[in-house]
Amino acid sequence: MSDEDLKAETSEGAQELQERAETDPVVLAIEEGSLLRLSEGPLVDPGDIDVEFGEDETMIINMGPQHPSTHGVLRIMMELEGETVLRSKPIIGYLHTGMEKTGEGLTYVQGATNVTRMDYLSPLHNELVFSLAVEELLGVEMPPRATWIRMLMTELNRISSHVLWMATNGMDLASTSMMIYGFRDREMILSFFEKTTGLRMNHNYIRPGGVAADLPDGWEDDVMAIVETIPGRVDEYDEMLTGQPIFKNRTEGVGLISPELAIAMSATGPILRASGVAWDLRRAMPYLAYGEVDFDVIVGTVGDTYDRYAVRLNEIRESCRIVRQCVEKMPPGDYRAQDKKVTPPPRARIDESMEALIHHFKIFTRGFEVPSGEVYTAIESPRGELGCYLVSDGSNKPYRMHIRAPSFVNLQTLPPLLRGGLIADAIAVISSVDPVMGEVDR
Amino acid sequence: MGLEDLNHNFLTGSLEELVKWARRSSVWPATFGLACCAIEMMAAGAADFDLARFGMEVFRGSPRQADLMVVAGRVSQKMAPVLRQVYDQMVEPKWVISMGVCASTGGMFNNYAIVQGVDQIVPVDVYAPGCPPNPQTLIHAILTLHEKIRLGEITQRRPGETGAGIDLASEPVPSGWVAPPSGGVRLGTPR
Amino acid sequence: MAAAAVSAAELAGVSAIASSGVGGQEVLHVARDRYHEVIAALRDGGFEMCADLCAVDYLRHFERSLPQGVTPERFEVVVNLLSLERHQRVRVRVQVPDTDPVVPSLFNLYPGTENMEREAFDLYGVRFEGHPDHTRILMPEDWEGHPLRKDYSVGRVPVQFKQAPGPR
Repeated sequence: MSDEDLKAETSEGAQELQERAETDPVVLAIEEGSLLRLSEGPLVDPGDIDVEFGEDETMIINMGPQHPSTHGVLRIMMELEGETVLRSKPIIGYLHTGMEKTGEGLTYVQGATNVTRMDYLSPLHNELVFSLAVEELLGVEMPPRATWIRMLMTELNRISSHVLWMATNGMDLASTSMMIYGFRDREMILSFFEKTTGLRMNHNYIRPGGVAADLPDGWEDDVMAIVETIPGRVDEYDEMLTGQPIFKNRTEGVGLISPELAIAMSATGPILRASGVAWDLRRAMPYLAYGEVDFDVIVGTVGDTYDRYAVRLNEIRESCRIVRQCVEKMPPGDYRAQDKKVTPPPRARIDESMEALIHHFKIFTRGFEVPSGEVYTAIESPRGELGCYLVSDGSNKPYRMHIRAPSFVNLQTLPPLLRGGLIADAIAVISSVDPVMGEVDR
Repeated sequence: MGLEDLNHNFLTGSLEELVKWARRSSVWPATFGLACCAIEMMAAGAADFDLARFGMEVFRGSPRQADLMVVAGRVSQKMAPVLRQVYDQMVEPKWVISMGVCASTGGMFNNYAIVQGVDQIVPVDVYAPGCPPNPQTLIHAILTLHEKIRLGEITQRRPGETGAGIDLASEPVPSGWVAPPSGGVRLGTPR
Repeated sequence: MAAAAVSAAELAGVSAIASSGVGGQEVLHVARDRYHEVIAALRDGGFEMCADLCAVDYLRHFERSLPQGVTPERFEVVVNLLSLERHQRVRVRVQVPDTDPVVPSLFNLYPGTENMEREAFDLYGVRFEGHPDHTRILMPEDWEGHPLRKDYSVGRVPVQFKQAPGPR
């Protein structure tokens, strides 16, 4: 079927929300009922829904893609009745970078540079999932030190991502001081990252085969300084925000999601955990060395914005616990697999040996070939299940690299969460869903 | 509009200095953070690399109230019309800093989805390289912009000029520098 | 902690051909006309969440290794399902021909596939019958073509001093 016929048959029409009068009643029923989406739920008569609206009194308003709420280029079309939100539709694609297509043109050695810029708040997680997928196809075993270094760095990244979330969430709820405090703590972690990986963000540190460089001397002191300061500061933020009546009024009871709806929408991460389902990939399907460290999975009760905030706050504390155990239990050894096919030789040897120079050259220009096959690997990123579906055709470049981005899927929960709330609640809810548009649009 | 028709005497000269000092000391940026560079821009505004000491801590949400648009991040094809619209909504005098390599030239994403350089859409005053640029690099770019404002003239933007009023063609040329072909260097034509 | 693992192949019955993937993952190959009922059977058998749905264009790698009885086509739709109770994953692959790239939508089984199917349509041109909002999601509305197909070029702008030919 030609492209024109394809386009004519599918409604490639406007992506925006249509006026109520022009919308197909089936679509209206889905949005209003919000229960037709459930696979097994009680059927609700649309007449029972108690949000009153006059036929012509609703207004469709656009929020974004450029707006002060610092969550990137997300555009939400909301149908408002007064200030109450009825239907809403997130429109994405404003940051589409074609990273999956770019990834098909890069070798596996270069792949981490591309993948790391998807979820730019936790770049090490993206690199980790890509490297784990490649290593599964390659069949390469990681030395224990590489595994523990990866665990240490990704948990530090989780702390910095959640701290930044608290900063932007605080600012969205009008606590500007939280923004400044959050960035102050993040700077501590970023300066450790700069010392270890060379960059503050988008590190390209976790590569297939191990990590790029060993931890610098004195890293234990740096990490312990971080781990000793941050829980104390988190307690201060706890006191500043959690007990405060304005914050509680703005977040309690706002944006409720039931566990069945969250599972049906494929939401993972703090959204799922806050609604009561104790699902954390680090505990359920452990990867790296998460089976050997002691930590709790934080679960909420109600599933509102306040619960999501509490889950993330406590996850910072749990991550500090894990980092402490990493410092204590870090094994000595190699920081990358000694497989000649995958790992370049140490830099000092390049000056001495011709073979080492050629080996280095080949790995960084041509890369290595990965046996053909396909694999899906998933890890727990700060936003949910981050997966990588990798198809290899036996060459030195991925044939298909698809990243299952948690924010892309979590955004589907926005219409039910926003329904019936006010616009101000919409800001709080969007912030609590924590979308990172880099990975939504890829 | 503006004082470009006056020959400068000691009265209007000092007035111009006063206006330029006022303009560069309180440039208010518009929030236009797109991707990873936006995080570094927020970090530049936060405590460790304070932008408030340059008078710039208020990131205005409304482009009508802003002077500076820091294009921080990669501009996709879908976002380009939005960028132009926000730029048009800003009131003169306005300046643009292109932050990061993705905004300056398309960066590492040379493909169908990313506009290869935001200067294809809006005139840019300062380019800040980096992926993402350190907050210190961004501050250096901002200080460069302040220098341009200090050295430029308080006129409205003429076509072919940057917002700081500097006419690129008539700047003093360092010796040994070969002028680019007229129209500037165009690294490849857009598809 | 986790309930006992169940063979997804048994749940799917005769409609699916099982093969084992890398790392012991279970992969089912399903024909297009049995696709919806197999996914429904898996969902009723305990796979509550659809973790991922994506499409692959095998134009340049047509001779991939597939088990006996599966005829390769140009496109494949790959669905990854997850069981929270049993901590188990299963992957379902459907072959979709180029001439008629239509697949039933999973929206009424798993509402979370809405965005994923829209993305597969936008980037590959695979249509999903029964999807409530079958529009482009990442590219602009009026974009022509499906960018991630193998015959759609990367769209690279020639850059000064980059002598090497080839995709970059």
